[in-house]
Amino acid sequence: MTLVRRHWTLIGPALFVVVFALGGRLTSGSIQLQVRSILVTACIVVALHVFIGVSGVVSFGHISFVAIGAFAAGIATAPAELKPTAFPDMFPFLANLEIGNIASLVLAAAIGGLYAFLVGIPIVRLSGLAAGIATFAVLIITNNVFRNWEAIGPGAKTLPQIPETSDFLQVTVGLLAVMAIAYLYQTSRYGRMLRATREDPAAARSSGVHIHRQRLAAFTLSGLLAGFAGGLLVHLVGSITTNQVYLDLTFITLAMLVIGGIGSLWGAVIGAVFIATLNTVLFEAENQFDLGPLSVDLPAGSRLVGLAVVMILVLLFRPQGITDGKELRWPFTRDGADRSKEVEAGVGMGRD
Amino acid sequence: MILVQNLIDAIALGALFALVAMGLGLMFGVMRLVNFAYGELITVGAYTLLLTSGQPEWVRVVAALLVVVVFGLLMDVTFRPLRLASPTTMLIATFSVSFLLQNVAVLVFGTRGEAIGFLPVLNQAVDIGGLRIRWVTLVSILIGALLLGATSLLLTRTTIGLQIRAAAADFRMARILGVKANTVITTAFVGAALLAGVVSLMLSIQRPLATPTFGFLVIIPALVGIVVGGMDRLVPATLGGFAVGVATGLLGNLLPSAQRVFLNTALFLVVIIVLLIKPDGLFVRGRQTVERL
Repeated sequence: MTLVRRHWTLIGPALFVVVFALGGRLTSGSIQLQVRSILVTACIVVALHVFIGVSGVVSFGHISFVAIGAFAAGIATAPAELKPTAFPDMFPFLANLEIGNIASLVLAAAIGGLYAFLVGIPIVRLSGLAAGIATFAVLIITNNVFRNWEAIGPGAKTLPQIPETSDFLQVTVGLLAVMAIAYLYQTSRYGRMLRATREDPAAARSSGVHIHRQRLAAFTLSGLLAGFAGGLLVHLVGSITTNQVYLDLTFITLAMLVIGGIGSLWGAVIGAVFIATLNTVLFEAENQFDLGPLSVDLPAGSRLVGLAVVMILVLLFRPQGITDGKELRWPFTRDGADRSKEVEAGVGMGRD
Repeated sequence: MILVQNLIDAIALGALFALVAMGLGLMFGVMRLVNFAYGELITVGAYTLLLTSGQPEWVRVVAALLVVVVFGLLMDVTFRPLRLASPTTMLIATFSVSFLLQNVAVLVFGTRGEAIGFLPVLNQAVDIGGLRIRWVTLVSILIGALLLGATSLLLTRTTIGLQIRAAAADFRMARILGVKANTVITTAFVGAALLAGVVSLMLSIQRPLATPTFGFLVIIPALVGIVVGGMDRLVPATLGGFAVGVATGLLGNLLPSAQRVFLNTALFLVVIIVLLIKPDGLFVRGRQTVERL
């Protein structure tokens, strides 16, 4: 029990994910796909959390790691007899490549991490808005290159016939693994060092923390997880275009992170599940949605309007997000709330 | 000759982006708010012109400016509860507003785009010393220069202008000295909205299709411009917007078409390099001290 309690920050959200996934399995066909898609989205948001949540630096570029993972896994598993004819300009070694499902996920993670590492070397030197715009530039460049350089991908066309192997087991285990890695990282000494740079860069530096090195480590790990999530995504949808992994996905996943509460693993999970579930419900409501005696039928296109209204309301009334940026608390203590107040008061005193 | 012609077109685009950058810079100055939804003010202007088509042109202009200012005031009210929130929260909130307005536009008008038909006369070209220049280009440059001049006069010669600048330099100190926070922020929003209104007029002549992303497409290069120029001060931010506009215009016209598809890559590589060399901004002199304690 003490072990469970000590690692409740991970175990609590993990239990939630397992229950959510099991609940999703009980639903009918089309909703099952949506539930799996929610779990994959949560993977992306947890990957974002590893860098943005722990370092406090906002990155608009992480969807480029999702994109590169998705294209790597997609191209590596799409049938080898299809690619040379459908994409005549593709490098032969890519066109003739055909590997297994698990191998393609490993490839997606590796290439996402490698790309993040290379991009991160210059970019982790920047902070604040400059970092935001520079990572945004990475996103635009990645999209621009994928869209127009037909030797490395499908270009502006759709890459079809990717095996749809992201079943419930894979996406759930994948998400749990990503969460476990995020948890291990954020509680490791490196994670704590990076968090110290978020709270007070000068104090962290004077305690011997190398800010750029710690940020680069988190950026790489987070890129690796994002690449892996991209692999899951492409095997879920079965086809991929450059616009699927571009601005819309960037903003919606960032909004999920902020709405959940930046800085906590629980916030990343709950923000993703909350917004993505809302999206699904509204989507179903657009196509007539029967819940017992209740029948909802919204006009087409109202889904995104509804989503935006809810996002704005949450941000206005809870600017720190649903979880206030705090981890999930152990629910079985009576003095838990009081103790946390003491801790907060202590932090406040130290700061003033 | 082609080069001069391209240069003039590029300067007109730069003037437009400079106005957008100035509007963004005004709001960022007083509120530390990067307003993604600013582009939707431009979209709102374009749709107002669309809805008032058939009316006399001056009525359409007044209506567009009015509606844009009303939306600007609504944004001011919406973002009030977030003034003390973290920059990331504010950024995502403005993005959510932008997302909302875009999708309302999709719901009401559809994504296809509708012809605005505003002052099409100005799209005709005039012959000046062998150069074929569209009227709208000349008007854009002229109005851009006039408005930039007028805004800087307002900021340096009037009480409210000085208050806005004081608030931008040190908001808390300005309030202690008696500057009203709401007045300053609302004035900045109205000023920014008026600039957006004028930009929507110019753009509606040049790109005569009103679409839900009409303004959003302008906002991203302008945002890049103010960060590259130096967003802590209005003049560098405006110059940054101008520079990005001119660079986009020139590269778009001069690159051979096979390479033109990689225009964004080239542009944003330059952005990354500039940010790495001068993170405070290209047009900011000296290095700002990091505020600690």
